[in-house]
Amino acid sequence: MQSFTYHAPTSISEALQLFAKCEGTIALLAGGTDILVQLRENHRQADHVIDVKHIPELHRLGCDPTQGLVLGAAVTCSQVLHSDATQDYSALRDSAQIIGGWQIQTRASIGGNLCNSSPAADSVPSLIALGAEVDYATLEGRQTIPVREFCTGPGTNILNRRGLLIGMHLPPVGARSGSAYERFIPRYEMDIAVACAASYVELDNDGTISAVRIALGAVGPKAIGCPEAANLLVGKAADDELIQKVADQAATMASPINDMRGTIEFREHLASVLVKRTLQTALRRAAGEVIVSHPH
Amino acid sequence: MPGNAPSKTAPAKMAISTTINGQSYDFLCDPRQSLLEVLRDTLHLTGAKEGCNNGNCGACTVLIDGEPVNSCLVLAVEVAGKDLTTIEGIADKGVLHPLQQCFLEGAALQCGICTPGFIVAAKALLDKKPNPTEEEIRFSLAGNLCRCTGYDKIVRAVQAAAERIQSVQPSGGTPQRKQAQQPQAQQQQSQQQQ
Repeated sequence: MQSFTYHAPTSISEALQLFAKCEGTIALLAGGTDILVQLRENHRQADHVIDVKHIPELHRLGCDPTQGLVLGAAVTCSQVLHSDATQDYSALRDSAQIIGGWQIQTRASIGGNLCNSSPAADSVPSLIALGAEVDYATLEGRQTIPVREFCTGPGTNILNRRGLLIGMHLPPVGARSGSAYERFIPRYEMDIAVACAASYVELDNDGTISAVRIALGAVGPKAIGCPEAANLLVGKAADDELIQKVADQAATMASPINDMRGTIEFREHLASVLVKRTLQTALRRAAGEVIVSHPH
Repeated sequence: MPGNAPSKTAPAKMAISTTINGQSYDFLCDPRQSLLEVLRDTLHLTGAKEGCNNGNCGACTVLIDGEPVNSCLVLAVEVAGKDLTTIEGIADKGVLHPLQQCFLEGAALQCGICTPGFIVAAKALLDKKPNPTEEEIRFSLAGNLCRCTGYDKIVRAVQAAAERIQSVQPSGGTPQRKQAQQPQAQQQQSQQQQ
């Protein structure tokens, strides 16, 4: 691996000062499961590596009924899986438990998954479906934006290597709500999504759907929100026919590529199937059913 | 050196203090060195293996504060002040851990390259869940690849070790190893290290 200088700032302001001070290229390090591979294989260059794990604010993880879930940028997948704070955010847990194996989950952070900005990132559709907002800091100040505006293309995001992701904020979920994330891979585990989807549904007391959010991943240069398709469900009671219609509508948002993992036609088909399945799981969870896809 | 200075100064080595298998270690490393490189090349703890060097195979698994990580994806400078466990720390004064014993008895290895990683990951699992289901074992070891034995014997060995640990550790006390097994165990361990 190329040589670099290692920094471990203990505050956000110290990290931002390093951005101004360090000459040459900078890489931010949280869990390192993407960035260290990229540096080792010369896909990224860094004269300075700034380890953000010593900044306490990036480890915040908590949930309350008015604020919702606060998820610091350096919180790991394992912490997401084992914290009571995330128990109402099933789609996020679904994502966290299929990002790599145990060794990866110990280190990899949801914030890092977002900043790596892979079109196939497992956590990003879930963050969109759960209505997350992203907090970040640059030398100009701190800002909050919807997570769907964060990534700008494959491997790129609005931080543009000059900002620090502080964390994510997920609004409180409805009293009768459920969410789910699912991906398709050609084998049972440990692979990159050929296509993926996440859904969130919220029910009124009479079982009518009052809010829906749907997102797709790996079928475009970045994860895609599908508000038009989601709106078809609002004010209705879900049935198989309507869910199929919504899934087909959502899939029209996909603009996939052909590559070694799947064709355009296959990915478009998958988008519809995965939206349908995640809506069904989200509805069952909203009805109180406990559905755990993997043991942890 | 005058007239011979590099255009860019190489970053200075860093002094790191950490605990490995209960022992204090101080070492110097380049910031770019992985924990795996330092364990193997600087500290000569060669039990952790380099398989893929990119986080896929799990052969370099070690525990940091009880949690399994791929040591190829950790910078050595990151482990300052941490408590590490490597495969060298799994046996207790030459007495094999039940996991090691069950891997041997169940022939849960062929070439052995993946074995240290499997045993360290399985140790982390049994420390957290003394009586895991087969599904839990398979998911917990999903980050470890074996390209010759196949996984069934490995899963059976972990199940056997869980039973053995529970049978000698009835109510959360310290495990009592059978002394009579010690000479054989030492011999097997030295074979395994070769």
